[in-house]
Amino acid sequence: MPPPLAAKPKLKIATTSLSGCFGCHTSLCDIDERILELAEVAEFDRSPLTDIKHCSAHVDIGLIEGSVCNAENVHVLREFRASCKILVALGACAVNGGLPASRNALDVADCLQRVYCERGVGRHQVPNDPELPLLLDKVRPINEVVRIDYFIPGCPPSGDAIWKFLTDLIAGRMPRLEHGLLRFD
Amino acid sequence: MFELETAANPQKLRRVAIDPVSRVEGHGKVTLLLDEDRKVHQVRLHIVEFRGFEVFIEGRPFWEVPVTVQRLCGICPVSHHIAAVKAMDIIAGAKQIPPTAEKLRRLMHYGQILQSHALHFFHLCSPDLLLGFDSDFTRRHILTVAEQHPEIAKQGILLRKFGQEVIRHTSGKRIHGTGAIPGGMNKALTVAERDELRRDVDQMIAWSKGAVDLVKQMHLTKPAFYNRFGEFDSNLMGLVDERGALDFYHGGLRATDADRRILFDHLDYARYEEVIDEQAKPWSYMKFPHLRSLGEEKGWYRVGPLARVAAADFLSTELANQERTEMMAVGNGRPPHGTLLYHWARLIEVLHSAELIRDLLDDPEILGTDLMADFGPRQEGMREGVGVIEAPRGTLFHHYRVGEDDLVKFCNLIVSTTNNNQAMNEAIRHVARTFIDGNEVTEGLLNHIEVAIRAYDPCLSCATHALGKMPLEVDLVAPDGQLLSRRQRNMTGTAG
Repeated sequence: MPPPLAAKPKLKIATTSLSGCFGCHTSLCDIDERILELAEVAEFDRSPLTDIKHCSAHVDIGLIEGSVCNAENVHVLREFRASCKILVALGACAVNGGLPASRNALDVADCLQRVYCERGVGRHQVPNDPELPLLLDKVRPINEVVRIDYFIPGCPPSGDAIWKFLTDLIAGRMPRLEHGLLRFD
Repeated sequence: MFELETAANPQKLRRVAIDPVSRVEGHGKVTLLLDEDRKVHQVRLHIVEFRGFEVFIEGRPFWEVPVTVQRLCGICPVSHHIAAVKAMDIIAGAKQIPPTAEKLRRLMHYGQILQSHALHFFHLCSPDLLLGFDSDFTRRHILTVAEQHPEIAKQGILLRKFGQEVIRHTSGKRIHGTGAIPGGMNKALTVAERDELRRDVDQMIAWSKGAVDLVKQMHLTKPAFYNRFGEFDSNLMGLVDERGALDFYHGGLRATDADRRILFDHLDYARYEEVIDEQAKPWSYMKFPHLRSLGEEKGWYRVGPLARVAAADFLSTELANQERTEMMAVGNGRPPHGTLLYHWARLIEVLHSAELIRDLLDDPEILGTDLMADFGPRQEGMREGVGVIEAPRGTLFHHYRVGEDDLVKFCNLIVSTTNNNQAMNEAIRHVARTFIDGNEVTEGLLNHIEVAIRAYDPCLSCATHALGKMPLEVDLVAPDGQLLSRRQRNMTGTAG
């Protein structure tokens, strides 16, 4: 029997998605009704599930999905690192760049034009506005930008894997994902 | 041009940003420009990320595309999976897939709609509707809903779980499974899997009906507010079957004007380029589609639950169709156009999906094992395919051409959220005019703008599929955060 998840005050968990598909957040929701159990010991800080738009100063666990593709991603990632005691790379994109890194094989400046200027017959123009963050020419895994404490592979990791990881961590055990939970697809 | 899209003198105005837009899927921000008297001059929803799927998919073998492109979205991966595989059926030379295979794809897709809609309504939007648009923002989330309305939250979580289980049993995984392949399906449904889903489905129908009742009760408390919040006329689009019923998986394209007069009907979606064009604007990575016949300013349209439920003549299941009739009565003979009514229509679709799932589970053919088409010899001219479905957020277009080597050489995607781009911008401008103009800008009022965006259930992950041309910036940073070097490249591609 694992020890009960009793801790006070509640832990703060922050989550964000950089350049990703939200599949890892969907997987987090795949803990299903166990999210209510989690709510007894933890609360969500900045997350796509809340309206808190910047991390509190002291967050216990930060979960990051997605890879780093633009300047805003870098900014958000650094904010998370500065705020979170433990920072976790969640899923293939965060761990190694994932599918978004497929664009690394391309000359971005050459191919960018194709989508906006070679499809449709309307007035063609390429987005270029100060409100749009500067793009990096390569997509990078998050550990190339900041120090990461844990990596959970999978595209996405399953809800069960996320649950096992979080309950281990919250209970003070070294998180272990055994065969079946540890996967790369 | 569009009112409030572009201010005449932006340099003199104060910028207010909602960044990031929260409780939506993906990345977006809203900027407002106001003058000293707090009058609103400009409101824009910016899609700030891009990922480049349309380009890097080129050069890949066509048969791997239905698995790859689901990574456009982790919330509705099945939508991209099936839209792509429908295009690849054509390219592979499978004119018709076996009936069991189509039913399994439909089952997977209805599971997708159920889980995505439940996630959207309960996990993301219900805090606004149940706790209040301007309730304490630090507590405006699903866990507070679970504290205050435990039964509603639990039913929402379990409805979503059921949809995910339907997907898992048909595709192998809850997220990014591999069920559909060009020409059919790669896995049959077992009796045990069918029985497990069948055991729970009546409860899901009952809870879905309860969810529709919940949103109807909310509407009854303030009908004028619900009808008029973000209300504006627009054209409507969706897929219908030959009888005119809404069909999530396959059908002809129907577009109507704001009064529901037919613009085109039962149009073969392979001809989508004849009727739809896309416009790029400098301030968003998401394009702005419109109907060619009406032009850029009059031809934009809405898709998704409210638009397709209204555009169709009826829904093919009994309970959902009754609810549709009740919702349509709100418009007094016209289709209802209020932005918040999207929630009502979306929950009707949850009920519709649950009924459709039950009917498929009761159909003995769902357990069949003939899952692959008989392929004839590959025909010349079969190297192009268009696949279209009604994704949870609306009509989704996938268009591919492959070369002699079976590698993709062209890909164009118009994702559901892109179809709603102008509508979302219209909605936030309507709300800004109504609530922000002349008032002190508070967090609660800014959340009204987000409420309008959320009603469309935008998937900004999907919407960031395209590549945009931007100045490029590369920082090389040491693990301790120290900037080692920075390179920039300007718009012409030269290094600076």
